[in-house]
Amino acid sequence: MANVPEDLHYSKDHEWIRVEGNVGVVGITDHAQDALGDVVYVELPKAGDEFAAHESFGSVESVKAVSEIFTPVSGEITEANDSLQDEPEKVNQDPYGAGWMIKIKMKSPGEVDSLLTAAEYEDFTKAESE
Amino acid sequence: MTAPALDLKRTPLNAAHRRMGGRMVDFGGWDMPVQYPAGTVEEHLRTRTHAGLFDVSHMGEIDVRGVDAISFVNRLVSNDAAKLVDGQAQYSALTTPQGTVIDDLLVYRFAADHLLLVVNAGTTEKDWEWIRSHQSNETLELRNVSAEYCQLALQGPEALKILQPLTDLSLDEVKYYHFREGKVDGVQAIVSRTGYTGEDGFEVYAAAEKGEQLWNKILDAGSFGTDKGVLPCGLAARNTLRLEAGMALYGHEIDDTTTLLEANLGWICKLNKGDFIGREILAKQKEEGVQRRLVGFEVTERGIARDNQDVLIDGRQVGRVTSGSPAPYLKKNIGMAYVPAELAGEGQALQIDVRGRPVSARIVPTPFYKREKNS
Repeated sequence: MANVPEDLHYSKDHEWIRVEGNVGVVGITDHAQDALGDVVYVELPKAGDEFAAHESFGSVESVKAVSEIFTPVSGEITEANDSLQDEPEKVNQDPYGAGWMIKIKMKSPGEVDSLLTAAEYEDFTKAESE
Repeated sequence: MTAPALDLKRTPLNAAHRRMGGRMVDFGGWDMPVQYPAGTVEEHLRTRTHAGLFDVSHMGEIDVRGVDAISFVNRLVSNDAAKLVDGQAQYSALTTPQGTVIDDLLVYRFAADHLLLVVNAGTTEKDWEWIRSHQSNETLELRNVSAEYCQLALQGPEALKILQPLTDLSLDEVKYYHFREGKVDGVQAIVSRTGYTGEDGFEVYAAAEKGEQLWNKILDAGSFGTDKGVLPCGLAARNTLRLEAGMALYGHEIDDTTTLLEANLGWICKLNKGDFIGREILAKQKEEGVQRRLVGFEVTERGIARDNQDVLIDGRQVGRVTSGSPAPYLKKNIGMAYVPAELAGEGQALQIDVRGRPVSARIVPTPFYKREKNS
């Protein structure tokens, strides 16, 4: 069973966000990394780039496929996890930790309230695979 | 675990794949494992360094018998089936009158009056109809026996060592592109020294109902479950292995719009063997030269080329990627593409349009990967 930490918010695009003040840390879920397989390449934005909620901010690639990744909230990138350039496998090994992708300064922190809770996300992934 | 969609075809190993955690996908109408829990990269690497086992039972088999078997087949294919001896296999192609490709295949010669054609899964029905439509002779017996066979491919430097204890056949006497008939784990089988990975290895054909017995036996013999043991491999690893080895995949590098010469398959075009379908156009093309050519390329900056992306030179679209992927063993991002013949030279700089971003690449010789032969 995929790991779904309680303290995060989730999107239907299989990203998670951890709120730290007005900054959100974003990555892809354990379920997403498992579905993708071995991650071999991650393309991320630069600090200063701005995105609307649910806009594509980069891509993550396995041997077989490319998946776009979407910001769960709108805001400005403060930092991208550039260590994933050399160690993309961190996304598989530790999707909620060392595999984080971006930090985003949230424009409207209220947006996280419209995201899924851990329980809701678990139900969502179950429904999706049926 | 979800059950396979009812409209998908299943190989005799379907239940085994599901039990072993294979991630099943619809592959040209077949319910097939794209990867197992070890993952594509590990499956690919293990095949290069030790051994990998592939279920390729979805491939089609067409049996051709009769005194005219060789001359019949030789009219339909580009390579020279008359050159085969008993117990030999040959890579060949079914060609259209335009010299393009209906399918690529292996022709096995059992006897002067008995051949077996092994064709791609997705094209089996089309090939069967095409072949049957050319039957002109009552004494020729054609049978589509695809459903009767399972086919397992054991590939990698340790393939021989793993398979040998299971059979009385002397495997080291079976030369590359040759085969023998005999018993594997007591099961009547065809053991062929062929494959689609660039490694040494064997393809084993047996009665469909024996598939799971052989699959399990080979995994056991290859110490599946240990660090250096054989790994069951899915279609994703099969694809990256064949791409590193520079081998064409039907529907990608070759199809009914590409000629054999454009695809660098001139070596299976025996223009002097006598007439065959498409020969005239291929002979003309050989004399005049091709307009475009299939090349291998290596991406030289960050980025992964993928199938169907545009190939650019100086910002102008000149071709299209037929297969693009990370190469797990070479640790590079590689691909194959058609480009204009005058721009197909080694070292030629290209760009690949990776979702709107031009990524630099250059033409390199194929195969990208070549095993060291020590036997």
